[in-house]
Amino acid sequence: MFENIGEMLLLFWRTVQALPLLWRHRQKIYDQLFEIGNASLLMACILSLFIGGVIALQTGPLLAERGLSAYIGGIVGNAICKELAPVMMSILIAGRIGSAMAAEIGSMRVYQEIDALRTMNISPVHYLVLPRLVAISCALPILVIFSIMVGWMGGALVAVYNNKIGISFPAYFSNLRDLVDLGKVVNGLLKSFIFAVVVGVVSCHQGLQTIGGPRGIGRSVTKAVVNSIVLILILDYFVTRFLMYFD
Amino acid sequence: MNAPASPPQQGVRVIVRGLRRLFDGQPVLKGLNFEVDRGEIFVVMGPSGSGKSVLLKHIIGLETPDEGEILIEGESIRKPGVMDKYRMAMVFQSGALLNSLTVGENVGLYLAEHRLKPPEEIARIVAEKLEIVGLKGQEHRFPAELSGGMKKRVAIARALVVEPHLILYDEPTSELDPLMAVTVADEIVKLNRRIHVTSFVVTHDRDLAFGIADRIALMAEGQILMVGKPAEVRNNPHPQIQRFLTADFNLNKERTSS
Repeated sequence: MFENIGEMLLLFWRTVQALPLLWRHRQKIYDQLFEIGNASLLMACILSLFIGGVIALQTGPLLAERGLSAYIGGIVGNAICKELAPVMMSILIAGRIGSAMAAEIGSMRVYQEIDALRTMNISPVHYLVLPRLVAISCALPILVIFSIMVGWMGGALVAVYNNKIGISFPAYFSNLRDLVDLGKVVNGLLKSFIFAVVVGVVSCHQGLQTIGGPRGIGRSVTKAVVNSIVLILILDYFVTRFLMYFD
Repeated sequence: MNAPASPPQQGVRVIVRGLRRLFDGQPVLKGLNFEVDRGEIFVVMGPSGSGKSVLLKHIIGLETPDEGEILIEGESIRKPGVMDKYRMAMVFQSGALLNSLTVGENVGLYLAEHRLKPPEEIARIVAEKLEIVGLKGQEHRFPAELSGGMKKRVAIARALVVEPHLILYDEPTSELDPLMAVTVADEIVKLNRRIHVTSFVVTHDRDLAFGIADRIALMAEGQILMVGKPAEVRNNPHPQIQRFLTADFNLNKERTSS
């Protein structure tokens, strides 16, 4: 994975250089956005509802025992928006969308469609990578906004209806408002944007590097997902550490 | 490749000089030298694994040689701007159509992506090129719905849209039934005569080679054994050439005689 970091950075840079061509590829970007939203939104909401719920379930009784149950809104709110929504949604997108990108581009490589593009002087970076990278970088932060809202709701439902916690909706959201400000939400969105770029670049790079037949495509898909998740989790630490300077 | 399409058509002269290529230390092209004249149909024939397709990829710039050079009208293809100045197109063995696009989108892709014509004009050109290859009205079908022969003809139509000076065909009749193979061969000759494009065909199909070639190069194990007119190739006594040209199924005869 790490031996290809240079190639991936180069691919990212060539895609950034192609950004002025964005308007020309807008239809492909819309198509990709629709595909990402369509494939992931429902799953993202279900996942977030339960993540929010389980944090409330794990922390709520401990807080209640110490008479601190009023703080559950802030704890769930912070955990969701700063950490769990961006990381979990990025992992979900790596699995659902990154794998599809690697498979599609890999199959195009194996079946010479990319060679055909090059013989027509059509850059695979402009034609294939740019729309996908832009779409995933826009879609993931949007998914994270949904994830944050649904996650907060999941936490609220557990905090209110679990009899070991049992606080009211207004108390939950009042504490959430006190401890979570817009900066923390932006912090999460910024993380998700970085992770989206990672998933997009890793998946497209793996697709473009595919060799062999169906087995090669399978290998690329696996590598794209695994490498994306590993990089997300490693980068998460460093990005979190960096963003702490702005808290 | 990238210059705006503009008639009139004129084939280009191609010179291959000392072309060498190694893959994983194994020589695949062992110093090839030959010339292709303007507007001729030049067929490279040889057994599978002889390096024909690799040669083709070098000529269109998909691969870079370890040694040697390829000249188009005397200019190296590695020189900046040469690949833009002389338009080339390639018809891949598999067709290499983009499966997510319709036939019409595939054929018009070059013009649409380079924004060379407005959409109505592209639609007209696409219809015209599809008619040339006998696929009138098939614009809205997807490659998955086409037979092998139809895919090859769509690939030829896509190559025609580029209005190439040089068109390269990789095994154009492989996977085709004899009737469809004749149709595709007929298209190659008709196009060559109509637009005087230089046609470079790679094949192991002897019938195709002797049926359409102005000149044939015989290739084996990364080397050119000979270059000549079809009759000269047929009469060459070189044992490797004769073995390739005369190989036939004799199983039934042997069974009958035993």
